[in-house]
Amino acid sequence: MNRREKKQRAAHIASTIYTVLLMIFIYAPVAVMIAYSFNNSRVNMVWSGFTTKYYAMLFNDSELWGIFGITLFVALLATVLGVIIGTLGAVGLRDAKFPGSKFISESIYFPIVIPEIVLAVALLLLFDASGMKLGLGTIIIGNTTLILPYVYITVRARLVGMDPSIEEASLDLGADRFYTFMHITLPAIVPGVLSGAFMSFSLVLDELIVTSFLTSAEITTLPIRVYSMVKKGVSPEINALTTIIFAVCMAGVLIYLIRDQIQMRKIRKEREKAARFSA
Amino acid sequence: MKKKDMRPKPKARKDKKTAKARLASIIMNGPITIWSILFIIVPVVILAVMSFMSKGPLGIVVYKPTLDNYRNIFSSMYINVIKESLIIAFWTTILTVLLGYPFASIMAKMKRKTSGLFMILMMIPMWVSGLVIIYSFVILFNQSGIINTILMKLGLISKPLTMLYTNFSVTVGMLYMFMPFSVLPMFSSIEKLDPALIEASKDLGAGPVRTFFKVQLPLTSPGIFAAVLLTFIPCIGYYMVTDMLGGGTNMMIGNLIYRQFTISRNWPFGAALAMVLAVVILLMVWVYKKVGGNLDDLG
Repeated sequence: MNRREKKQRAAHIASTIYTVLLMIFIYAPVAVMIAYSFNNSRVNMVWSGFTTKYYAMLFNDSELWGIFGITLFVALLATVLGVIIGTLGAVGLRDAKFPGSKFISESIYFPIVIPEIVLAVALLLLFDASGMKLGLGTIIIGNTTLILPYVYITVRARLVGMDPSIEEASLDLGADRFYTFMHITLPAIVPGVLSGAFMSFSLVLDELIVTSFLTSAEITTLPIRVYSMVKKGVSPEINALTTIIFAVCMAGVLIYLIRDQIQMRKIRKEREKAARFSA
Repeated sequence: MKKKDMRPKPKARKDKKTAKARLASIIMNGPITIWSILFIIVPVVILAVMSFMSKGPLGIVVYKPTLDNYRNIFSSMYINVIKESLIIAFWTTILTVLLGYPFASIMAKMKRKTSGLFMILMMIPMWVSGLVIIYSFVILFNQSGIINTILMKLGLISKPLTMLYTNFSVTVGMLYMFMPFSVLPMFSSIEKLDPALIEASKDLGAGPVRTFFKVQLPLTSPGIFAAVLLTFIPCIGYYMVTDMLGGGTNMMIGNLIYRQFTISRNWPFGAALAMVLAVVILLMVWVYKKVGGNLDDLG
């Protein structure tokens, strides 16, 4: 083995060790969270035996399911609103020249360039000044505002890579704007729209700052519930719920990987077949 | 003669087109324009105005312009909180870049699929619920917690270490929360780097250290700067990690603002604090743009 190969091997080993250590850092707390969902103790601090009773309790806890439902509802509605407004806006503002259009497109970045708490406070003051009652509506408005830039950016990234002459051709050939948008622009930006939607949805699911400033006492979301529990110690029920969500996410990744493998195998088989034919 | 006949026709068609185009423009630009005026621009203006008001009895806002709120911020008690927040955000950012950059370059060398998988693996805990998982650090770092128990059993320490409710635990929590997001821009800037440039530098006699500092680092600096902003901005306003892992003794500017709107009910002062925070961050973003950074990388 020469010096260069040795060096490369050492670098490879170092990279592997580093990756493993980082994954331990990321997944050790996850492992603790999962383990303590099976902990036979109300207080989440000490380990006192294995139990699945918190999963059973979770399925019978109608209050928690209600909170979970509200959380999903808020995330879904905010995502849909954000995706529609953000996608239309990204396409429209691309070559808009109305007065102030530049200012508008700059202001969309505001929610991501300032800390969330500033946006939350500003919106609270607005709703207070306009006499709007805090509740589901204000939470949805707040979260939509928060995710708008994410959708806008991901869609714009797709638009930048798109050849404008295709849309122009469609318009020149007699298709109207709507037809062109639906059949030319939208298919090209769908990946951007989807990744924006995905990002937004997961962001809102875990959103706490904006929601806690804009909510009323009656409306609780999962992150708010978790946060209010923190001082007393998170209950194993919350751990159980999080474990289930985690399992669903992991299953999704696994299914994606397996499908990918099957597809790869198919392609390989086709190639072999083709090779045999040509031989 | 023929030419004259032809002329009005295309013009009419163009008129019809512009009317339709205008309608399309309204449908596309209308919602986002109204939304950003109503829910981004106007609230920020109200926030700015509120920061110059003062607090009356029972948390009522007195509408008389004053600079007192801003003067108060620079009193020793509050300036300490701001200093503390800056220190924690600073360390979190430094650690995020120092630990994230090597991983980003490791990922950049992987196959596209493998790096994508690692990216997802890194993000999943954050997608699931950052808060619940962060709470695990309380169990890990506790005096009689998992890490202390293991270290004591191994005989490495004789007395449990105090890890929880210190700047250490807060920084680790913040690191956990924000590192996954900041690896992304660093990864994409390293991936875009032309390997021929690295080879050229090596062929010309520069060692690996020199190649890294003179070629790779300058060329990937936009990614690093984006990572810095992606960590620093949310970190400085995030009050949950400090609450959970700082035990209420450590306060960050986020906690201070939150307090003004809940317990203290001093909205004008809270607004002034938020304004200071926003201005500091916007200055950083302005520098980022000046050095050639793209705001889109912060998404």
